[in-house]
Amino acid sequence: MATQSSANAEFYRNLGRMYGAYTGTFIGFVILLAILEQVGVPNRILGYLFVFFTLAVYALIGVMTRTAQVSEYYVAGRRVPALYNGMATGADWMSAASFVGMAGTLFLLGYDGLAWVLGWTGGYVLVSILVGPYLRKFGAYTVPDFMAFRFGGNFTRFLAVIVLVCCSFTYVTAQVFGTGIIASRFLGMDFTIAVYVGLAGILLCSMMGGMRAVTWTQIAQYIVLIIAYLTPIVILSTQKYGLPLPQFTYGQAIADITAREQQMIQSGLATAANLKPHIEPFLSYTPLNFFGIIFCMMCGTASLPHILMRYFTTPSVREARQSVAWSLFFIFLLYFSAPAYAAFSKLEVYTNIIGRDVSTLRPWLFTWGELGLIQICGKNAVNLDAAVAACKAIAGHPGVVRLQDFVINTDVIVLSTPEIAGLPYVISGLVAAGGLAAALSTADGLLLAIANALSHDIYYKMLDPNAPAFRRLLIARILLLVVAVGAAYTASHKPGDILAMVGWAFSLAMAGNFPALVMGIWWKRATTAGAICGIIAGFGLCLFYLVTTRYFPGVGVKYFGMTSLVHPVTGAPLVDIAKAMALPNAMESWPTLAHPLANKVGWFNLNNINCGLLGMPLGFLVIWAVSLITPEPSKEMQAYIDEIRKPRGDTILQEKA
Amino acid sequence: MQSSNDEAHWSRTRSLMFTHLAIWFFFGYIVHMFVKPLNQIIIPILNFPLGFYMAAQGSLIAFVVMLFVFARQQDRIDREHGVAEDD
Repeated sequence: MATQSSANAEFYRNLGRMYGAYTGTFIGFVILLAILEQVGVPNRILGYLFVFFTLAVYALIGVMTRTAQVSEYYVAGRRVPALYNGMATGADWMSAASFVGMAGTLFLLGYDGLAWVLGWTGGYVLVSILVGPYLRKFGAYTVPDFMAFRFGGNFTRFLAVIVLVCCSFTYVTAQVFGTGIIASRFLGMDFTIAVYVGLAGILLCSMMGGMRAVTWTQIAQYIVLIIAYLTPIVILSTQKYGLPLPQFTYGQAIADITAREQQMIQSGLATAANLKPHIEPFLSYTPLNFFGIIFCMMCGTASLPHILMRYFTTPSVREARQSVAWSLFFIFLLYFSAPAYAAFSKLEVYTNIIGRDVSTLRPWLFTWGELGLIQICGKNAVNLDAAVAACKAIAGHPGVVRLQDFVINTDVIVLSTPEIAGLPYVISGLVAAGGLAAALSTADGLLLAIANALSHDIYYKMLDPNAPAFRRLLIARILLLVVAVGAAYTASHKPGDILAMVGWAFSLAMAGNFPALVMGIWWKRATTAGAICGIIAGFGLCLFYLVTTRYFPGVGVKYFGMTSLVHPVTGAPLVDIAKAMALPNAMESWPTLAHPLANKVGWFNLNNINCGLLGMPLGFLVIWAVSLITPEPSKEMQAYIDEIRKPRGDTILQEKA
Repeated sequence: MQSSNDEAHWSRTRSLMFTHLAIWFFFGYIVHMFVKPLNQIIIPILNFPLGFYMAAQGSLIAFVVMLFVFARQQDRIDREHGVAEDD
């Protein structure tokens, strides 16, 4: 015992030293590239160096931590210290959507965008209090493992696997899509090739070592992504307000934005109708949808299998709880900076682009315009002449860029802020490397969650319970490869709904998993029949609402009493139902549904991202009602639940050696 | 079987859970329902409108602090009832 704990202490000390050295090397590398840029090395080369250096490091860690042991492969041997597991969870959690998309959403929506920030942080409170530590004590390898044990049998396991695959696969596709965007922009590759390059990076990290390799690469990726996220805004904050603490100085930036908004309206650069004041609430979401998003993202966090399984890797229940706290701390570092990011880039855009003469627009803008991500005067800004011509074509255009003339894709905000602010290219490369780290680390976690569920739950537990360890790991790796290629193939076709589906994944996870997990731990009386009915009812209702409102609005209106959603400010219906129903394709998607995030019809004026708000309460209700009319769980099962509630003692499930 | 010690442990765990859920609900929802009046208050020096600040930073800080406090409180309960793991 003594030698083991001293070996552990040695291991932890080395961890600190190793990652410290790694961080130093990375910073040194960035400085080296900055010098290279000053010497005149072209931007394209800098981009390649950034991407390949970081990918090589992740791959190296992945290869070094390869393993042939089952418990190492599935739960990293359950010896990841709380702080490091927190860091790994941070990277696992923060996806391309957080890194690239969040600040852009805040830029566009102002206050209403904060619903995502709140929802994606507060969920960890639920993880720690209601679910995570108890699952750790249970000793599962996967979330379906727990479901199957608690709610006896493989049918529940199978349902849990369906829920897991539904919410994880769309999510992973979005990550692969994100790596493709970044690689094609910074390496100048064809998008499809870029997707497969990103895929190779993902597989190098996770193939050989499963959870163990993913854990140690995710920590390395967290370090890259947090440095990359903070550097540009620290520089901007120092330049503007003389203080390198953007999270505190952006209060002034917000005051400046508000002043500039007034000025723009007075000078005719914007109209009161097309300007959304940055701090004004409920302009984009109604209060119901605003609080609905917060609630769904929170409960979704506590139900997403790839997050929950990170807490299976800590050495103890106590450390699992501490680890949740550390996770949120590391996530918080990025999330409380995102509004600062949005504010600084908004101020830059409002002062440097809006009001500028069209013929003097700076060249960086057109590299994004070529990708169709920035529009000037309604046309993709492919070059200066195109932008000038587009504005000339508008009758009575004053020749300066007005607010309504400038449309920027929200995903561009973070990636282009260094260029908007005129920082050296090395900062842009750094940000791209950070975005890549965010997308790769999340994709790794998700792929592993899917492949583990298929190999451990479907193959080992349901099909061949006598499979030797060697074959189980082989199957796990093959499935990982298959799922990864499937995700890359889907992403390479650029499905339009991908980004919307990330939001849906949370609602689906919440409706399918949350009631059964919480009731399974906190209510001994919950029975197998109750859980099965609850999962089917909750998940089914959520899925039904999503699919109907998104793809078959006509059916929803005609048979299910759905009505048009209303505009959050004016209260006017978003779509003229009578007119839409008269169209020849009334039963399918309406032409007005082009925007992927929005559904135009529904119940209670509810956005379909919030479908968990319908599914989850139903799930709880059904589990409760059905459990009460079926016989209570066996004494043995109730004793097991008592055991789960006490940290001391062995885990319930034990891996046969 | 369930001893009285275990029952006491679980009832304290449960009330700790409800306390934290109440704080969570306050910072996650209640405070943001008053964003408009809170925005009238400007935090001195930092210049943030208070309603915006709570959603962008205030609640987040509360969540982080809560989790560290919760981990300690639950651990103390576990130790006092002798069900904590060995160090």
